[in-house]
Amino acid sequence: MEQKKLLEARGLTVEFPLAGHKKVHAVSDVSLDVMEHEVLALVGESGCGKSTLGKTMIRLQEPTAGEICFRGTPITGLSPKAFRDYRRQMQIVFQDPYASLNPRMTVRGIVAEPLETYHVCESKEATTERVVELLEAVGLTADHLYRYAHQFSGGQRQRVGIARAIALNPAFIVCDEPVSALDVSVQNQILNLLKDLQGRFGLTYLFISHDLSVVRFIANRVCVMFLGKLCEIGDTETVYSKPLHPYTRFLLDAIPKADPHQRRKERLLLAGELPSPVNPPAGCRFHTRCPYATEKCRTVEPQLQEVEGRKVACHIYGE
Amino acid sequence: MEKTTLNVEHLCASFFTDHGEIRAVNDVSFQVPKRSIIGIVGESGCGKSMTARSIMRLIKYPGKIVSGSISLVGKELTALSETEMSNVRGEEISLIFQEPMTSLNPVMKVGKQVREVVLLHRRVTKKEAKAEVLRMFEKVGISEPEKRYECYPHELSGGLRQRVMIAMAMICRPKLLIADEPTTALDVTVEAQILELMKNLRDEIGTSIILISHNLGVVAELCDYVHVMYAGRIVEQAETFELFDHPRHPYTVGLMNARASLEQQQTVLDTIPGTVPNLAALPEGCSFAPRCAQCGGRCHECVPELTEVLPGHFVRCHLAQQGV
Repeated sequence: MEQKKLLEARGLTVEFPLAGHKKVHAVSDVSLDVMEHEVLALVGESGCGKSTLGKTMIRLQEPTAGEICFRGTPITGLSPKAFRDYRRQMQIVFQDPYASLNPRMTVRGIVAEPLETYHVCESKEATTERVVELLEAVGLTADHLYRYAHQFSGGQRQRVGIARAIALNPAFIVCDEPVSALDVSVQNQILNLLKDLQGRFGLTYLFISHDLSVVRFIANRVCVMFLGKLCEIGDTETVYSKPLHPYTRFLLDAIPKADPHQRRKERLLLAGELPSPVNPPAGCRFHTRCPYATEKCRTVEPQLQEVEGRKVACHIYGE
Repeated sequence: MEKTTLNVEHLCASFFTDHGEIRAVNDVSFQVPKRSIIGIVGESGCGKSMTARSIMRLIKYPGKIVSGSISLVGKELTALSETEMSNVRGEEISLIFQEPMTSLNPVMKVGKQVREVVLLHRRVTKKEAKAEVLRMFEKVGISEPEKRYECYPHELSGGLRQRVMIAMAMICRPKLLIADEPTTALDVTVEAQILELMKNLRDEIGTSIILISHNLGVVAELCDYVHVMYAGRIVEQAETFELFDHPRHPYTVGLMNARASLEQQQTVLDTIPGTVPNLAALPEGCSFAPRCAQCGGRCHECVPELTEVLPGHFVRCHLAQQGV
């Protein structure tokens, strides 16, 4: 099946200035395609730039360099006015359902806001009707219309956040750690809902998460990030059954398995911690923690290349 | 020789609010055998952190231990005066928290903070105390201990801060370490390091550990015994292998099934319907009944007792007790 590109990022770089001419290199020269109707997961540890990349893809954060195209049209240089029509195509669901809903607005107000901004409905009644429709789509009811965020549990709040995100029938939604603030038993309800909505409305997700088992469930493709760079990108099945990049292997191995029979005598432990994004290591950014690092890794930066049906940026697979 | 480090019996702790008494810990009993790691699992609000704080006697007003006994190697902690209790804290029992940033003093060098514990509990000079701290830093895997000694908390990464917390907790070689979600704020690769460290410290120093977590993976990896809590009560307790192989309480089964698989892609994830009940308005009978697929008439009427279904395996469920 020929898949069409929905969103294309070319050479995206995001840097944040610090005092004294220093910079945080959050995202460095990343190129990434998001296909129509797919769920692309972005995984990595905190500080690897995954949220920054996600926000940049929908221009909530302006890139320092690089270009983003939406269905072939460059959107990076557009004026706010010209961007308006694209903005409604791209939405976001945030991690913290406590912080992302206005405590002084009712649920109706929160979900209706995008509808009113874009004058989608003709009357107030029509807007309310549409809001109820949206609430029902996410498993809430008309009874919830005039309640405030604090009257809801974490899972219900996240449902409100999702209703707001799908209000304008967007093509693309960035889900930024949508379940990590929730209890285990509620997490799955939200994940099932997200998957169901994706199928029902033909949505495309960029699903940002640090939880690899959650990603396994929801994503078609997975993209592993380390310190502002992509290490490995491929079909979820391919990457999980045989991870090639050393970092991907460490990540998958580090997850504690909920089965005491699988306790390892010797853990495959990753030494050290994430290097600073202010002063990223030269060459391969992972080389300071990588047990296979050679002289080449310390000097030459590996590029993404096709290996066994996915792309990997690692010198082990070079030539 | 005493075989158990800690013995908690019929512990009840409540918050006294304007809306009445809220029972956060309800008739909780368990033992911590010497040199063992026991796990307490449950979701937010199930009373697992309150249990930990009760043992440390760190519950603040309007919370209070209502009844029950907590004995540490034969010493009854609930009967101690506040002064006696503060000698126990840090010396015999230590607690590490989830968020290492907020539990360290931001305007004090981390070395000094750990040294303070030594100076408080031991009659040593500052110099000797510092040497002791540096040895402990090395033991918990802090590289360049001399340099880190002079750092402020904000200069350290999350993993290093948690190592400092562990050093602080372990420096007096306590009999019991309570770790309240010690790795929840950390990345998986760092989490693996910290879990490994805790296991090694248990083996080396012989401290018993209570590990509080919502993550079944962490518990399966580390613990010898597991207690599952729901709405303030222990609903199931068993040895780790037994619990994971033969969970009996519907809530435990639900939690186990809810784990997303890493091995294969699932089409739908198993869920436990509904949400954790409000402790201020608990349902009649079994607290889990409204979310339980198998519950029958009796479940809505009386609270099931924690009953031994197999040697060492306790379940609080009417159905499991009948062998259904």
